[in-house]
Amino acid sequence: MTRFVVRRTLSAIALLFATSVVVFGIFEVIPSYNPARAIAGRNATQTTVQEVAHKFGFDKPFYVQYANTMKLIFTGQVIDYQDQLNVVDQFRQRFGATLSLVIPAGILWLLAAVLLGSISALRVGRMADRALMVLAILGVSIPIFLLAAVLLYLLAFKTTIFPNTGYVGISDPVQWAYHLILPWFCIAVLSVGFYSRVLRSNLLDMVNQDFVRTARAKGLSRRQVFVRHVLRNSLMPIITMFGLDFATLLGGAALVTEFVFNIPGVGQYEAQAIGNLDVPPILVGSLFTAFFVVLFGAAADVLYALLDPRIRLTG
Amino acid sequence: MALDPLIMPAGAREGEPIPPEAEFKEDYTPAIGPWKLALRRLRRNKVALAFLGLFVLILIVCLLAPVYSADIAHIGPDTTNVTGTVKVGGHVKDIVSPQGLPIGPTWTTHYLFGADTEGRDVAVRLLYGGRTSLEIGFLATAIIIVFGTLFGLLAGYFRGIVDAVLRPLMELIWSFPPVILGVAVGTALALGGIGPIKGNSLLIPSFIIGVIYIPYLGKPIRGEVLRLREQDFVEAARAQGMGPWRIMVSEILPNAASTIIVFIPMMLAYAILLEAYLSFLGAGVQPPNASWGTLISDGIQIIDTTPHLALVPGAMLVLAVLSINILGDGVRDALDPRAQVRIKT
Repeated sequence: MTRFVVRRTLSAIALLFATSVVVFGIFEVIPSYNPARAIAGRNATQTTVQEVAHKFGFDKPFYVQYANTMKLIFTGQVIDYQDQLNVVDQFRQRFGATLSLVIPAGILWLLAAVLLGSISALRVGRMADRALMVLAILGVSIPIFLLAAVLLYLLAFKTTIFPNTGYVGISDPVQWAYHLILPWFCIAVLSVGFYSRVLRSNLLDMVNQDFVRTARAKGLSRRQVFVRHVLRNSLMPIITMFGLDFATLLGGAALVTEFVFNIPGVGQYEAQAIGNLDVPPILVGSLFTAFFVVLFGAAADVLYALLDPRIRLTG
Repeated sequence: MALDPLIMPAGAREGEPIPPEAEFKEDYTPAIGPWKLALRRLRRNKVALAFLGLFVLILIVCLLAPVYSADIAHIGPDTTNVTGTVKVGGHVKDIVSPQGLPIGPTWTTHYLFGADTEGRDVAVRLLYGGRTSLEIGFLATAIIIVFGTLFGLLAGYFRGIVDAVLRPLMELIWSFPPVILGVAVGTALALGGIGPIKGNSLLIPSFIIGVIYIPYLGKPIRGEVLRLREQDFVEAARAQGMGPWRIMVSEILPNAASTIIVFIPMMLAYAILLEAYLSFLGAGVQPPNASWGTLISDGIQIIDTTPHLALVPGAMLVLAVLSINILGDGVRDALDPRAQVRIKT
């Protein structure tokens, strides 16, 4: 266990370092990118731009700039170029909205995927199975912003069943959920199809295994065999996939959804920062995402070991 | 001497329907190679074939955009007409109303799918936009296939130092969500371009999308090559004195080909979708070029008043991607009925 933690921590640090260098480097090699001009404004004179560049240290060599920025990030003092706001504070304030969006959506899509995947595996070739196939292929063929826009048009504009975008804090749970139902649905529905298809094929591979026959032979009911043996063993690939997808969503991959539904989460902040080529928030956002990817990758491995005692944690 | 028809393999005779039990006998018919078998399985998948037809139709119609523009709609993709009128069912109507609302679908040759707020013909723009989207899709897919295969082959065959360089590189790209990475690089490059390539060139989004998805092919190919290089036939080739390049091209590549083929439609679908995402966030196709992504994105801003502006290109995009995905499913089932591959967006 100690070995696992140490090795994972070391590889996490390596990944975070590589991520930060690459993100920083991308903006360094772009010829037309001039952050000093962006900060100084369009009408700034050449001298003002130079003063700004000097103040922010843009005239220093790459590695000095990189080291300074990383120091500012880890002391929590880094500010964005656009509005001169503290980036770490922004992430802290906005993370609640992202959690409100992503956690229920994640639960929804995982539960629905397990349910639908089981149903379609138990009813191979019937209507339910085919309907799921259609949903799965539609889910990977529709961009989420199109689905969101169409749903908003039909359900929030044509008929005012749902509110037209916006976000209400969790202190008012009813309004909070009411405003988030459509975004949850959009995130969940596009993933459910794919996840349940993967689960379905895992289940179908599993039912012909010897241990399933043994379990039946020793007298367990069909339901017990399915839940305790077949389903439990089929969940593993889903868990790894889910860990990665969920991690990137937490880190801001829900930016399109947050953008369309005007939810003030970290993704929306990242989208704005990217549009303005504002390096510090992009850098913090990438590190944030990479951190969750590593964390959930490790969590999935631990869960694997718990579900299957044959697997040892080796890192 | 002619072969006795009774001992000929099932389905081998010209024009004869394949008996339903052929699938079980396939293993015993020595005359059919794996590729022919796969093609036969694909031909039997009527749904996949129907959607292949649909995709080819979309492709042809989009390639004929200049013909439609010149000979049917008589209007260019960027020709604005804010003050003009159009005849619909005997009535003369404004193309853009005095309130600034564009006309909806007329279902005639002029403004078939209506106009946008500047009086441009949506149908003409749809076809030109489709050309852009498909061009980027095919170009990006070509980049992914060439470099994904190359990196996978090199890393898997040479291992050691080559693998130590290529693998972390692919892992790094792979660990970023494609949309975030694409938007960051896309925004940056759209500003100034790279070298001789202008910022609004279609090469930039193609290149970005291609690079982002290289690891999605490179990683599985590397795994496959690692497995294949230990096989006896590679050992035999090495014993015969074949060099590493020749072994890679003539021994390993043909055996990894089915994996690569499975990825082609899938990568095409993902490339077209990612282009739409990038364009939606302003980091993909830049004006004056238009793609399905930019058309949808422009339409969504005013979906409340003029839904057709987002829905028409949206429907085209979904139809195109859907048909590629269904075809891709069919190809995968035909080549390897048990295979499982996955991609994230």
